[in-house]
Amino acid sequence: MAQHTFTVNGESVTVDVADDVRLLWVLRDVLGITGPKYGCGINVCKACTSHINGKAFNPCSVRVADIGPDDEVTTIEGLADTVDADLHPMQEAWIERDVAQCGYCQPGQIMAAVALVNKVRAEGRAITTADLDGIRNICRCGTYHRIREAVVEGAKGM
Amino acid sequence: MTTVPDRARASSHLPPGPAGPDGRGVSRRGLIGWVLAGSTLAVAADLTVGAAPANAAVPSPPQVPELYDLGDLQTHSALPTSQLISITLDEQGVAHFAIPRAEVGQGITTAAAMLIAEELTLPVEKVRVTLAKARPELVFNQLTGGSNTMQSMFTPIRVAAATAKGRLLQAAAIELGAQVSSLVAKDGVVTGPTGSSVTYGALATLAASTETVAVEVALTPRSEFSVIGTPRGRDDALAAVTGRKQFTLDLQVPDALPTMVCRPPELNGSPRFVNNLAAVRAMPGVTDVVLVPTGVAVRAATFGQCIDAVRALDVQWNPGSVTGESDASILAELKAAELPMAVPSVPLLATTLDLRVEFMFRSSAALEPNCAIADVRSDRATVWAGLKAPIVAQRDIAEAVGLPQGAVTVNVVTGGGSFGHKLFGDAATEAAVISKAMGKPVKLLWHRADEPRQGRVHPMATSRVRATMLAGQVLTFEQRHTSVVTDFGHGLGERLTAMAAELPANLGGMGLSQSIFTLTQELPYDFGVVTQLLNEVDTRFNTGSMRNIYSPDVACANELAVDQIAKRLGQDPYTFRMGFLKNAKAKRCLAAVAKAGGWGRSLPAGVTQGIAVHTEYKGATAVLVELDTRPATVNRTVRNAVTGPRVTKAVIAVDVGLVVNPRGLEAQMMGGVSDGIALALTSSNHLQDGHFLEASWDNYFYTRQWNVPLEFSCIVMPSDEELPGGAGEAGVAASVAAVACAYARATGKVPTRFPVNHGTISFTPKTFVPPVPESPVDGLSSTF
Repeated sequence: MAQHTFTVNGESVTVDVADDVRLLWVLRDVLGITGPKYGCGINVCKACTSHINGKAFNPCSVRVADIGPDDEVTTIEGLADTVDADLHPMQEAWIERDVAQCGYCQPGQIMAAVALVNKVRAEGRAITTADLDGIRNICRCGTYHRIREAVVEGAKGM
Repeated sequence: MTTVPDRARASSHLPPGPAGPDGRGVSRRGLIGWVLAGSTLAVAADLTVGAAPANAAVPSPPQVPELYDLGDLQTHSALPTSQLISITLDEQGVAHFAIPRAEVGQGITTAAAMLIAEELTLPVEKVRVTLAKARPELVFNQLTGGSNTMQSMFTPIRVAAATAKGRLLQAAAIELGAQVSSLVAKDGVVTGPTGSSVTYGALATLAASTETVAVEVALTPRSEFSVIGTPRGRDDALAAVTGRKQFTLDLQVPDALPTMVCRPPELNGSPRFVNNLAAVRAMPGVTDVVLVPTGVAVRAATFGQCIDAVRALDVQWNPGSVTGESDASILAELKAAELPMAVPSVPLLATTLDLRVEFMFRSSAALEPNCAIADVRSDRATVWAGLKAPIVAQRDIAEAVGLPQGAVTVNVVTGGGSFGHKLFGDAATEAAVISKAMGKPVKLLWHRADEPRQGRVHPMATSRVRATMLAGQVLTFEQRHTSVVTDFGHGLGERLTAMAAELPANLGGMGLSQSIFTLTQELPYDFGVVTQLLNEVDTRFNTGSMRNIYSPDVACANELAVDQIAKRLGQDPYTFRMGFLKNAKAKRCLAAVAKAGGWGRSLPAGVTQGIAVHTEYKGATAVLVELDTRPATVNRTVRNAVTGPRVTKAVIAVDVGLVVNPRGLEAQMMGGVSDGIALALTSSNHLQDGHFLEASWDNYFYTRQWNVPLEFSCIVMPSDEELPGGAGEAGVAASVAAVACAYARATGKVPTRFPVNHGTISFTPKTFVPPVPESPVDGLSSTF
């Protein structure tokens, strides 16, 4: 066992857990932060997509020991706080388009969408069809088309 | 408490028991509801009100009395409220309803809230719909499947809500000193002729009853609907987008630690001996390791440590149920079981079309893998899981852990998708068995790799079609569908539960499957002599129906045949269908998609259209797609993905009768199209050497963003029907058929196997020992 300190959703946390436990389980099983979902555990389905220092990543594939005290992890629960509002514009767009069905993948979808918009902004361009095609998050309910619409809509508010 | 003079005739003369009023023989404007004894207003309706008798669903079904031996039916039938569903109103004016169905993403809690809001004239936001625990007394009436929820619940929910409103108005009349007829109820407030008003919340206690009485109610006529039929977002949309929506794995049950199972390398194998039990028990975080029939269960502080322990286990395995079998050997078995055609004698000059299509095994896994929480004690058990047939699960769990059924509490949790998967309580029963073996609560999760390899699959099947034609007419159309046995252990078609399906009279399941096939398959065309028969063989697989039973495969084969018949007769696929369709709803849907989708419009070479229809669940669907088969599209590369031809446009029209929530219906149709694309082009399991190769979403190619139509539209057809039909599965069959037809037109060759890419294994299979892949550590190298 070892102690690991990092920031989650704006709060500094210290957990006592073995180095090689993947961050997804530290969040879910140790800290009780259940927004990031398990769908595969091997960085394929993307249901656990969260942000590290503002960039999308998949905590199922990162050892807790590889997260440092200066790292800021944001899960869906902390997304709205990053814009100091009740809801992030991407969440608003999701509700407006009634994107979710079962909802299991949607926290990951939204976190991926926000990161994608930030990425293309940083590249000084708008979202393209190819960008949307490149989203790897799976939705077994098949809400993909609404996701595409919501990403474009949510980007307008960001 | 208050005694209310009953405008609606408090009917002490009505029989109070289950043999009492059932809605049949009572006009729809004079249905019977119940006011229940309680401290605040509680009302109920018989779940069978307005519905056909349960045993009308299937010919020669087991009679209800036959079931009494299996459950506690005699006890339950003595309860006057055995089939009642109830709505209660609290002092805040919020209506509560525990629906005896499972919400798995299909939107039934939202739709149910709308029905209650409509009859109660209450804002939808003031209606809370939760999921009922297993209620064994409901027998036939707690099964979520066959797209039946809105069909079966539409009238009972409204009757209960209307009963509540009647009672509230009576209480308000006393409170406001006015006649009931002079009161206006709106948004949870009753206003009298003088302008004075009282809220539902204030009336909740006043309207309560000290005894249970039956009352006659009238429902709001369709012409006055203000909620039903209006588009509405999901009731859990905010919870879903904020991560607050709780699924089974998110529940915190004391001491229910993460638990996973090391599963056998062959399908349905079993553990014989663990060579390194002590070593694994000593691994970090691990608390328990036990052998169970399905494998070796590991309980640990985190799921990550469970995965590590599962990978470390050195187990001697017994062989599975299909040792040595492969796709080819099962296909050969099906071919040998195909029933012969029996073409009636037709004129010598008639021409014959023969088509034989194969459909591969498909995984019905949802994104939320199989999971359940179980706490089994010596005298009782409590289970939490997403379950569409919770009564069956309750019975199975009781049997598996040796407790009376009444000692097992089964909590139905909102599911992360189902697609037929959650009809079976596999994980719930397994969790209970593990909890009993460990003597501790467990939170069981199937690893993703376990799902396609050991979980339920949609059966492999073949469909043969033979049609004869003469002088521009179709004289005969025969279909022989042959399938690996479909497990109906969860229920009999739309209405019956496993208690019925597993009765001795149905052993073997053959008569049952054929009954269900006959009842769900209809050919919507005037094709002369039509016969459709089913044969099923081989019970060794873990099967189930993935979002529709036989229809997607049957419709795919039929519509491919229809295109070929049209071609033989020199007709356009759309024109031919319009000429031969006998189902008016299907024709209207077809015309709608042809118009909206621009059937026959000029397209670049390599882009083709496909069009198809399907009729089921008292409704119809039609789909038009455009498929891009140009090399630049087909050969595009995406890492660890199948690309291939892309559906660039999809237009679906749906007629499901009365629509409760058009927005929810559109969502179901979009999902149906996504499923249809995958079924036609990309998604299947490969059986090789006694096991399925797939172990990841990058092995099992469900539709992904790079396969999604760039244009999608859904046309909800207007309907004069008084009742809703089925929606959840309705979008799949015509979608897969339309994509298949487009593919056949594009390639000039009718595919004989689906999905069309099955012949190529587009991934490197993961290991079978250990059964789950290692958790990666390189996640920080792919941030964006």
